[in-house]
Amino acid sequence: MDKMPKWADVVLIPLISVVLALLVSGLVVAIIGESPLRAMQIMLRGAFGSAYGWGYTLYYATNFIFTGLAVAVAFHARLFNIGGEGQAALGGLGVAVILLGVDWPHWSLALAAAMGFSMLFAAAWAAVPAYLQAKRGSHIVITTIMFNYIASALLVYLLVNVFRVEGSMAPESASFAPTTHLPSAADFAGGLGFRGSTPLNISIFLALIACGLVWLLIWRTRLGYEIRSFGQSETAAVYAGINPTKIILVSMLISGALAGLMAVNVVMGEAERLVLDFTEGAGFVGIAVALMGRSHPVGVILAALLFGALYQGGAELQFEMPAISREMIVVIQALVILFTGALDNMVRLPVQRVFLTLKRRRDRAAPPHPAE
Amino acid sequence: MDFLTILQILDSTVRLATPLLLACLAGLYSERAGVFDIGLEGKMLVAAFFAAALAYSSGSVWVGLVAGVAASMVLAALHGLASITFRGNQLISGVAINFLAAGLAVVIAQTWFAQGGRTPQLPSDARFGNIVLPGAESTIRGIAQQGPLGQIYSELISGHSILVYLSLALVPLTWWVLYRTRFGLRLRAVGENPAAVDTAGISVVGLRYAAVMIAGILCGIAGAYLSTALSAGFVKDMSAGRGFIALAALIFAKWRPWYALSACLLFGFFDAVGNRYQNIQLGEFIVPVQFMQALPYILVVIVLAGLVGKAIPPRAGGEPYVKER
Repeated sequence: MDKMPKWADVVLIPLISVVLALLVSGLVVAIIGESPLRAMQIMLRGAFGSAYGWGYTLYYATNFIFTGLAVAVAFHARLFNIGGEGQAALGGLGVAVILLGVDWPHWSLALAAAMGFSMLFAAAWAAVPAYLQAKRGSHIVITTIMFNYIASALLVYLLVNVFRVEGSMAPESASFAPTTHLPSAADFAGGLGFRGSTPLNISIFLALIACGLVWLLIWRTRLGYEIRSFGQSETAAVYAGINPTKIILVSMLISGALAGLMAVNVVMGEAERLVLDFTEGAGFVGIAVALMGRSHPVGVILAALLFGALYQGGAELQFEMPAISREMIVVIQALVILFTGALDNMVRLPVQRVFLTLKRRRDRAAPPHPAE
Repeated sequence: MDFLTILQILDSTVRLATPLLLACLAGLYSERAGVFDIGLEGKMLVAAFFAAALAYSSGSVWVGLVAGVAASMVLAALHGLASITFRGNQLISGVAINFLAAGLAVVIAQTWFAQGGRTPQLPSDARFGNIVLPGAESTIRGIAQQGPLGQIYSELISGHSILVYLSLALVPLTWWVLYRTRFGLRLRAVGENPAAVDTAGISVVGLRYAAVMIAGILCGIAGAYLSTALSAGFVKDMSAGRGFIALAALIFAKWRPWYALSACLLFGFFDAVGNRYQNIQLGEFIVPVQFMQALPYILVVIVLAGLVGKAIPPRAGGEPYVKER
């Protein structure tokens, strides 16, 4: 028996959860002593009110699509990859290594190389926790968290001791050569009002292509089918001849590689050099994005857009309402994870009840045909 | 390296192991009852903030401790609501709690004190002072003049805050509660086979809530220790992964109280060595400070990789209990 129609499961429940999360966030703002409505207004204007705002919103959204897809792919295999942050950091290392190490004649070649290296480095960083989960049963949640801390220490070490420019105090690498600079939105969509300073670059198209590829992978390939079966029931998957070690390793490698691609957007597309903490928590936002987007690429795009707007709007909010710290975004992110992830049943059960009542009433009004 | 230096490292080992131990015991109660708790970090952090904030504004460290414990218990109740009542994913709930704590602490600190998300420096009477045991020296010069036994007593055993002694006393207490009381037996049973406990007419939900709230209290004390004893005030992200290291210690200890003490002391020792020696020179090779900072996390991975024996968690851990009708 269907408890409720599919659209309610896919659209209505996430929507109610997000609205609840935003309401509680508004409550927090109200308790701080500011007007939630005005805060909302400032954030919306900051995120969507100008080409400048759109540039940042879409730039952040690009990061969140990559990290959201990373978490989503792992979720399909019922693996909880909290290591997106560390994997993306290693991806940045890969980008810096290949862009500083080789003289690139044209950005398109450099882009292909940077993509390859970011995915390679990040996937390698995800491979160790994946291997330990598959072979030794070490809990992937804890090992990926530990790898975040280790990655952060590793990057500090490399930036201070290896990449740092002679004579400079800042822990950052040399700037990449101008031939490797990616076309920004000012180049390909200058007509829409984007200026040269916008961080938005062609990586956003890579993110959208990645969404399409992930959809194909998960729902249209044999491997995707195996990943989903493994996620649904490990014992059934093993009984059907699916190799659990292979699925854990492959889905984590894909997940890590997707997280690593985020570095192409930030390190290559925006900063144009490797800087400390360039991930800015985007790896963690991916968790909220994947949960909210129900691990589906379309949902991930929408959720990434929402969080992109929150990040950009939140930056504006800090200027206009100094009493509200930028950390408010982390609170909203936490509430989205809480309501769409952990408290899912709190929303789901009442909604199911409503649909059951409606169905019963409909059945009573028109009794089913006896032949049925 | 002379004897007193070794003692000083061991002394700071005990100091740094204390928050780990409290959080580790918190996780022990929760996970023994079948509720995974990766939100130890967040509960510690929120407790650290409220303890420092209330200790600063009231001038009493005890008010701070109570506030910290209360804040931690609120998050523990939230974890219980999500993972016991609504049978949600316990890991996701823990992640949400960690972010909620990290965000809320800074947001409230900014609104309250307007110092960029930290509390003001605590004056010494709003902190937990060090207790000098009878007959012990408290000055460095006094200790240096003592014999080895006197030095051990004065440097290592005496001169800690009351929370250090409390956390050490909690180890035998936890052992006794878990293995020698009816409550402990039921708690362990509910983590292994909740259906059996339910059949015996004992509330699975009640027991699990009790365990989760005990974890809340212990994380609260751990957080208060961080901001009012180990340091003098709250700064952003001051728990610095200790909640996760405590979890790793718990796995290392295979969910047993006495082993938890040794595991926490071990991780505390690495922390102490890392703090004392910025760069360690081994012949030609220099171990960088970043490596020492990452060492506890690397060790956790090595421990989890099962290089030191297999750790088997409580059987019903992570699974919400659904009553059969």
